[in-house]
Amino acid sequence: MITARGLARTFTARGRSVEAVRGVDLDVAAGELVGFLGPNGAGKTTTLRMLTTLIRPTAGTATVAGHDLAGDPLGVRRGIGYVAQGAGATPNAKVGEEMELQGRLYGLGKAEARRRGVELGERLDLSGLSDRLVKTLSGGQRRRLDIALGLVHDPKLVFLDEPTAALDPQSRANLWEHIRALRDTHGTTVFLTTHYLDEADALCDRILVIDHGRIVAEGTPAALKAQVSGDLVAVSVVADDVPRAAEIARRVPQATEVSTEGDAVRFRVPRGDQALAELLRGLDAAGIATTSLQVHSPTLDDVFLTLTGRSLRDADQTEAEHVPA
Amino acid sequence: MFLRDTWLIFRRDMILSLRNPAWIGIGLMQPVLYLFFFGPLLERITESTPGFPPGTAWQILTPALIIQIALFGSSFVGFGLLADLRTGVVERLRVTPASRLALLLGRVLRDALQTIAQAVIILVMAFTIFDLRASAGAIALTLVIVGLMSVTLASCSYALALRLKNEEAFPAILNTVLMPVLLLSGIFIPITQGLAPAWLYELSRWNPFTHVVDIERASFRGDFTTDALLTGSLVLFAMTALALFWGVRTFQRENA
Ligand SMILES: Nc1ncnc2c1ncn2[C@@H]1O[C@H](COP(=O)(O)OP(=O)(O)OP(=O)(O)O)[C@@H](O)[C@H]1O
Ligand SMILES: [Mg+2]
Repeated sequence: MITARGLARTFTARGRSVEAVRGVDLDVAAGELVGFLGPNGAGKTTTLRMLTTLIRPTAGTATVAGHDLAGDPLGVRRGIGYVAQGAGATPNAKVGEEMELQGRLYGLGKAEARRRGVELGERLDLSGLSDRLVKTLSGGQRRRLDIALGLVHDPKLVFLDEPTAALDPQSRANLWEHIRALRDTHGTTVFLTTHYLDEADALCDRILVIDHGRIVAEGTPAALKAQVSGDLVAVSVVADDVPRAAEIARRVPQATEVSTEGDAVRFRVPRGDQALAELLRGLDAAGIATTSLQVHSPTLDDVFLTLTGRSLRDADQTEAEHVPA
Repeated sequence: MFLRDTWLIFRRDMILSLRNPAWIGIGLMQPVLYLFFFGPLLERITESTPGFPPGTAWQILTPALIIQIALFGSSFVGFGLLADLRTGVVERLRVTPASRLALLLGRVLRDALQTIAQAVIILVMAFTIFDLRASAGAIALTLVIVGLMSVTLASCSYALALRLKNEEAFPAILNTVLMPVLLLSGIFIPITQGLAPAWLYELSRWNPFTHVVDIERASFRGDFTTDALLTGSLVLFAMTALALFWGVRTFQRENA
């Protein structure tokens, strides 16, 4: 569905140039649900805008939905749906008007565009809203409308740029269902971007991690997490016992990265469940009581940390200077 | 395909305009005020001041007000485009296969129609409430001129907005350009050789809109000679062509 080689884009604004994307290679097969994960400013939106013919790549080639990006942008446009980050619907227009206009711009006749609008409305829980002004919709409804607008022509491939950003947890979960259904029941290939780890984890077959305009890792969520050396064990004890507890943790076989913070001791081991018995025996023998005990499987955040030396969340904060396109 | 897309965009913009008809009224406010509070003054001045061009006060003022409507009504339409950029509507329309030219022309035609409608209202008021006399030919010509001016200015406005992509710089630049253009076109007091110092007269001749105002006034007083109409018509056609070219180029350029 998507093949891209060496895709790059440099922006020049007021004499300063920003290499937003520096040579991205992509292969997405038909029917895949692929996530593009990265912190703010990583180059996700820029890559999507190149793949959807909105901006020209400074270098590289791509074939999208069977058409060459540079040679046949119109062919690409006909074959894809794109739901931008932010929004896409006119606040003062009615939901039904927007759906109909969108369908007709894709070449549908009036009746057909209406029928399609109603059908998508039902699919995305927007029934009965067609006479409402877009600006009166709730955040979740609006996002579903944006998605519906990207689907009017029943594209084989859709790009969703941060589909659930700024939504409450309930609307997010609801939207995840719709995105899954898009692939599972309609066979649509979905390429989405996110900087939520749980979203990439829960939704995607395959994840591409992008940082500073380059893809730094790629694989299934499980495979990516397996790259991180083991589970994280955190045990809390009475503050006075922390040094002794840390000592015991160090003696657990294969324990690495032992650290203390407040009344907690943390370390990594390949198998958290097995290490636990060892640890508890040691603490028990030393007469140390535990106040809490947790084992975390590696998260995508750990993956990102291992790959870049930064936490995905930190990266979000330190790179706040972000020019919206 | 292109005509169909243009129609679709035109219809969308028209529906949005009609949803807030107050804006059309607000656009009419200024010219109506001039008609009532300035027009009567001009009546005496035209009679008693040497150097004024031929024709009655209303034949001088009405065309000017119509030009003013086109000038101010169409120059700021870029704001609508900036809003659509902000809300992502522009990108949404651009990923569809719709013709790029249609995305511009649909909007421009809506603006032209809106301006023509406002011009008609002013004409009707000038005819019924005040003492305007003009031939049907003059009215028809005026509406064509207003339509072309609106197309010109709206195209430029969209091109400028799309290049600047900045909601602060856009009105700043427009105001800087529009004020001198307005004053130098002799809209309220005609800049004639009899009234203006030589340098001001010369300067006003360099303003393309002066020539457009001139042909409007000529047609209102019934002067349809080539002498009176040729220069202004050529200037107007040239401006329209250039503006459309610029607009189309910009709409196509910002895009793969
Ligand atoms: N039109 C533009 N002009 C100049 N710089 C830009 C433009 N668009 C993006 N950039 C810069 O390119 C880099 C990548 O931006 P991009 O929008 O692709 O990031 P992103 O991964 O989508 O981030 P986010 O998660 O915040 O949406 C950023 O440094 C951004 O400031
Ligand atoms: Mg983005």
